[in-house]
Amino acid sequence: MANANLAIKKRRILSDKAFKIGATLAGSYVLVVVALMAFQLITQSAPIWEEEGLSFITKTDWNAVEGRESFGALPYILGTLATSAIAMAIGVPLSIAIAMFISDAPPKIGGPLGFLVELLAAIPSIIYGLWGLLVFRIYFKDWIETPLHNMFGDNVWLFSGNPFGLDIITASVVLAIMIIPTVSAVSREIMKAVPQQQREAAYMLGATKWEMFKLAVFPYSKTGLIGASILGLGRAVGETMAVTMLIGNATGIGAIPSSLFAPSQTMSSIIANEFVEASPASLHMPALIGIALILLLIAVVINVIAHVLVTKMLKIKEGAINN
Amino acid sequence: MNPIQQRRQEYRSLFKQNVKNRLLVDKAVKIVVFSCVIIAIIPLGSILIEVFKNGLAALSIEFLTQIPGAAGSSGGGIGPAIQGTLIIIGLSSLIGIPIGVMSGIYLSEYEVGKFAKSVRFFTDVFMEFPSIVIGIFAFLVIVLVIGSFSVWAGAFALSLIMFPIVARTTEESLKMVPHTYREAGTALGLKKWVITFRIVISAAKSGMITGILLSVSRIGGETAPLIMTVLGSSQFFHGFDTPMDALPLRIWRLSLLPYDNAQGQGWGAALVLIIIILGINLAVKYHYMNKGDNMLTTLIKNRGNRR
Repeated sequence: MANANLAIKKRRILSDKAFKIGATLAGSYVLVVVALMAFQLITQSAPIWEEEGLSFITKTDWNAVEGRESFGALPYILGTLATSAIAMAIGVPLSIAIAMFISDAPPKIGGPLGFLVELLAAIPSIIYGLWGLLVFRIYFKDWIETPLHNMFGDNVWLFSGNPFGLDIITASVVLAIMIIPTVSAVSREIMKAVPQQQREAAYMLGATKWEMFKLAVFPYSKTGLIGASILGLGRAVGETMAVTMLIGNATGIGAIPSSLFAPSQTMSSIIANEFVEASPASLHMPALIGIALILLLIAVVINVIAHVLVTKMLKIKEGAINN
Repeated sequence: MNPIQQRRQEYRSLFKQNVKNRLLVDKAVKIVVFSCVIIAIIPLGSILIEVFKNGLAALSIEFLTQIPGAAGSSGGGIGPAIQGTLIIIGLSSLIGIPIGVMSGIYLSEYEVGKFAKSVRFFTDVFMEFPSIVIGIFAFLVIVLVIGSFSVWAGAFALSLIMFPIVARTTEESLKMVPHTYREAGTALGLKKWVITFRIVISAAKSGMITGILLSVSRIGGETAPLIMTVLGSSQFFHGFDTPMDALPLRIWRLSLLPYDNAQGQGWGAALVLIIIILGINLAVKYHYMNKGDNMLTTLIKNRGNRR
């Protein structure tokens, strides 16, 4: 009898151990994938680093013709920076305003409205691209770009360049629309995390709604809001399809952003455009993989910062409520 | 009027002016905030209206079932693309969901020490990796190794996008199950995996299903990683180690063609895609309408709530 019990116990321990090992393996999967990804990207892009060295980052040539191959990533890095910076400048204020409205509205209005904005996040990038290419671009060109160009084109370099619709500003505006759901959803949660007592204290001092936000909500949620915007920046940097369809796809020195109405190219869009045609034997593919490596590094740094800021903010909230 | 009364009068008018100004500023800010909300809703409305208006014009039985015609011709359809999207969603779910669920179980039930913390951290960061880099990774480890663009590579890439979402939503919903349930299981002498699967998961089912559905709707619209993995094709599916078509890829190809017909077909394909994806999202929302909180919001909320 005792033996039988022992045998059951042993079997139980064995199956539980197998389960634990299985779960741990699944948990480690992400670490293995990240390590393998870093290894693959580094080894596969090695030829370009050997050939160009660090000047790969600072050069502006882009020539894939055999025998005259020369690659530099600078225009695409600048393109990515320009589009995401403009997208942030437009998208973040809008998102924070939306978060203010929703966090303050009664749940009957705020709930459905929040859901509508979140639906924007569910729409695939390719559909934003299609809409941007066939609808938005036309109106934007006729109503905003052309008037701006006619008024300021000769004097302000920002508005020089022929407005055609396939350019930095169109891509950036669509990008701004795409980051609004992310930034506003996270900002809303962060504003909701501000203790109700703080708001009530501000109201009790006679503050209006805007003064309440200035006195009680913003100082308290500053870190978290910055984190939310950086999370949006991470999205904007990695975004591919909509940008590829709208940015005009220049290469080489022509892709350096010269005005808001000039075509350019981002790191992700040059990969999307050229990767399939690049031959693994030439330097073309290592160059594209090298760009992917730079893109990954930038995205990881941005996301780690955002992650730390948002987590820190929400932790403070826990402490405030418990005390 | 004596000087004191005079001064009082002065202060009173200053006070009134001050309140007036502050209320004015408040009103202005309210108007600005409200118009921001409207500005954000306009693109959503415009996208939905354009997709439905232009897409419905292209829809027909032939369009949904036939292979694409020659570039610019009015015939042909998106049959292979619809089939391909369904195949690739199914295949990547088969790879991504078990891994995601198991690593969610690991994070919630076995979490110990620094290792688990780094697993969670990397899962969170991996969720935000640019999808095109994930596509390149799948290209390097699968397409280059077997020597051709294939369904496998695409499914692998999409499963990598899928599993962190599944893992984190699974973790959050498992953590919502009260600890006493697990203790009751232990008191009955059940094994840990029996407790996990029969008690904890059946209690946390609805949250997990939500997470899985959201991850499916996310990968359904992914385009960038498919470019360098399944490549696209104009034939129906013919084997897992050959190129295949998918709706997002087909929309991309069609949008690049300068013909009106192609654009109309692009809208049609976009309508099919958006119906699949918004359908999943609305179903999840409806499911949660009767249950209170939204899974993704919970996920964001719980970011700070870690042991």
